[in-house]
Amino acid sequence: MNNTLEISNLSKDYGDFHLDNITFSLPTGYIMGLIGPNGAGKTTILKIIMNLIMKQSGEVKIFGLDHREFEVEVKKRIGFVYDTPNYYQHLNLKQLKNTIAPFYEKWDESAFNSLVDRFELPLNKKLKKFSKGMAMKSSIAIALSHHADFIIMDEPTSGLDPVVRRELLDFLRELMQDENKSILFSSHVTTDIEQAADYITYVDGGKIVFSKTKDEVFEQYALVKGGNDLIDDETKKNFVGVRTGEFGFEGLTSDMAAAKKVFGENAIYDRASLEDIMFFNSSKSKTIR
Amino acid sequence: MKIIISNASSEPIYEQIGRQIKAQIISGDLKEGDGLPSIRKLAKELHISVITTKRTYEELEKEGFIDTVGGKGTFVAIQNKELLREKKMKSIEDMMTDMVTEAQKLGITYKELQEMLGILYSTDED
Repeated sequence: MNNTLEISNLSKDYGDFHLDNITFSLPTGYIMGLIGPNGAGKTTILKIIMNLIMKQSGEVKIFGLDHREFEVEVKKRIGFVYDTPNYYQHLNLKQLKNTIAPFYEKWDESAFNSLVDRFELPLNKKLKKFSKGMAMKSSIAIALSHHADFIIMDEPTSGLDPVVRRELLDFLRELMQDENKSILFSSHVTTDIEQAADYITYVDGGKIVFSKTKDEVFEQYALVKGGNDLIDDETKKNFVGVRTGEFGFEGLTSDMAAAKKVFGENAIYDRASLEDIMFFNSSKSKTIR
Repeated sequence: MKIIISNASSEPIYEQIGRQIKAQIISGDLKEGDGLPSIRKLAKELHISVITTKRTYEELEKEGFIDTVGGKGTFVAIQNKELLREKKMKSIEDMMTDMVTEAQKLGITYKELQEMLGILYSTDED
């Protein structure tokens, strides 16, 4: 299996925040969701991939090529969608397209027009009058009209209503009918990632907590619930994080099989949502441990 | 082909799909040589990961239910009638194992169980 993206031992120090030894890879033909709380380092990672921020150490390879040495070559094949569509607000979509298209050898006018049709975007309306959904769809239409093989999106669903969101996620899945394409998108909205991603990379505090297939994540993690009599210093070790209340406890385990051996039929085992996994992994829940 | 998946079920999604495809092959709704959707198409339609559908197909292929022909797609395998019967027998055996376990939990004796089965079997024959 080829990897579209390979990041190894990537570090960057900002003083008060640092990316610490980031390593993960995205196989060609799959969607990866990059998830983590606000300020976890998601955008920094994406910007380093795009070489908009300099890395300090480590390696980033895209299509097997170094992302700086082969920057132009690599970027021709990337479609990048920024979180805040920050286009020339006084232009309309047609003018914007005319500004950007010449930069790409493989610009495909008919692909652009069909996306504009599909997303029902007005070509002659000023961008500053666009709704958030329209602005995001415009960014996507622009980013996907040069036959990019690797699509990188920073928070593409933020601020979108559920209808547009669903439309966007469906669209991503449709793109993946072509097994040569890969998508990396960041989000702090866990349901988006649950719905669309094949791989989940979870970042917190500048570190990778895990990078696995979605199925592995959901098979491995589980919520264990039971009476407080089951919880002591020893059994707490089975949890990533535990929350105890007056009537019982709720804990996240990253090894369901081991937890079942400890608690047996005295506890209830529920499927953990990505939100549960994020909450219990966060430093806030760890302090109660 | 009809596939319904439940997110609330504790049965993993790849198994849910596999079980339903198998059932349709055994019942004859899916016939030998029938084409199955590609893993990517199936993933898109069911709103699940390509990795999940890939795993389902891999398992079904291992069990001999389907064949993947490189470049052409995935098809219901040409079934050996004996093999199919054996598979059905196996699934009956599995159900009987469950039945016996449940019966033992309730303290039902072998003889009682045999009587129950006898009644069910003969009413079905009428």
